[in-house]
Amino acid sequence: MDIFIQQVVSGLATGGIYASLALALVMIYQATDVVNFAQGEMAMFATYICWSFINAGLPYWVAFLSTLGIAFVGGVVIERVVIRPVENAPILSIVMVTLGLLVICNSIAGWIWTYVQKPFPSPFPENPFRFGNIVFGAHDLGEIQVTLLVLLCIYLFFRFTPLGLAMRAAAHNPVSSRLVGIRVGWMLALGWGLAAVFGAVAGMMVAPVLTLEPNLMGGVQIYAFAAATLGGFTSPGGAVLGGFIVGVVENLVGTYVHFIGTELKFTVALAMIIVVLLVKPTGLFGTTVVKRV
Amino acid sequence: MSALLDVQALEAFYGRTKALHGVSFSMAKGGITTILGANGAGKTTTLRAISRMVRTTGTIRFEGEALERKATEQVVQLGIAHAPEGRGTFVHLTVEENLRLGAWGRRERGGLKDDFDRVFGYFPVLRERRRQAAGTLSGGEQQMLSVARALMLRPRLLLLDEPSLGLAPLVVREIFRILKTINQTGVSILLVEQNAALALDLADHVFLLETGRVVMEGPSEVLRKDDAIRRAYLGY
Repeated sequence: MDIFIQQVVSGLATGGIYASLALALVMIYQATDVVNFAQGEMAMFATYICWSFINAGLPYWVAFLSTLGIAFVGGVVIERVVIRPVENAPILSIVMVTLGLLVICNSIAGWIWTYVQKPFPSPFPENPFRFGNIVFGAHDLGEIQVTLLVLLCIYLFFRFTPLGLAMRAAAHNPVSSRLVGIRVGWMLALGWGLAAVFGAVAGMMVAPVLTLEPNLMGGVQIYAFAAATLGGFTSPGGAVLGGFIVGVVENLVGTYVHFIGTELKFTVALAMIIVVLLVKPTGLFGTTVVKRV
Repeated sequence: MSALLDVQALEAFYGRTKALHGVSFSMAKGGITTILGANGAGKTTTLRAISRMVRTTGTIRFEGEALERKATEQVVQLGIAHAPEGRGTFVHLTVEENLRLGAWGRRERGGLKDDFDRVFGYFPVLRERRRQAAGTLSGGEQQMLSVARALMLRPRLLLLDEPSLGLAPLVVREIFRILKTINQTGVSILLVEQNAALALDLADHVFLLETGRVVMEGPSEVLRKDDAIRRAYLGY
């Protein structure tokens, strides 16, 4: 039972990372109908920027917050410069552009920082917490807190601020949004900025566990896809819940199903994607989008 | 009276299809002008051209300012509110959020509460439903919301596209009564309407559009007596 609880908490910690990245994917998907395959690589790049700041001697949280700022600006710039020109192209073309972006981010990171793995610090204490016989990693608990804090902020932003309202409106109904005077293009760019921020949080939280290298987010992104598919690509809340579920299931299956162990854990995510697509293609909380053709 | 809106030689295109073939008209400040015409005559396209939602040639001037090169959201900022065909409701959002968004494009930020009071005064049912998702409203309520949302801009010109569409006659009469009141507060209205009898009652000036051209215009009391109009649009 102790092991079970430990594995659940540790699953929630990684699940929070998947949730952040899945939320980023869903935000962009909702606003533009595009799945941004470069989301994970953008996060990896942001994590390297944070690493450089820390390496230059900045305190962790200063580096963390500066990175979030840079990630935001970077996301906005990428939307304006790379995505905007192909805005009206067929979806497949835009997807190809995001795939190109993935390769570019990855190569540039390798070029600047090399492919050698780098240790990345955790801002949380090293000593684990003990509750009776159960041991929780401090980084796990910290990760969960950071994720929940980010989710709370973003919820408050979208729910209670005029800008958040305008961004929701622009995502759901761009034509009507223009008619009330919203600059829809800029709302989409802001969406990309915020998505990049979530990604950066995910990257900086997962890097101490996986160690930093240009392929840091490859696996995480697959899990994030699984999370978004499970929760529904049209439901931000669903994607977050999906992230936590995927994290916990991944951990429990790895622990209790012996032939899967750590080697086959990855297949679990892919299996989940396939099962969801077969059984309930819209995900747990997604809605079918009806389009007039 | 100076022209509030002046449209000259307006042509509009959907892809390669020409929908307007040189529409010219101008409307006076403070009035209610209606565009009559059959399906496909170009009524909706004319409104969409003013709101810059369709590619056009020709000139469109609002209080002397050229609109042709502006984006939709810039036109809105000049004080032109467009309640579009199909009502343009944000169905996922609540009534109150829809109304808040209506005020997004205006220059002065304050006084939101007064605007809420004013539109709830016109449409009390919206106050009761303010926390409800707009998609759950009835057709008539959604139409009221569409007009109310447009009013939140504090517009100088209100573009209304078929506000009577699909609504019960009683509801339509109620909405048109309120439109009259709104006009009396100084908001000019450009109304596109299939229901010619209603539109002629409300409007002071009429344009008749046929296959993308203005074929007749004049004060509504004159056009109401015109035989061709009577037979084609009023049905007696």
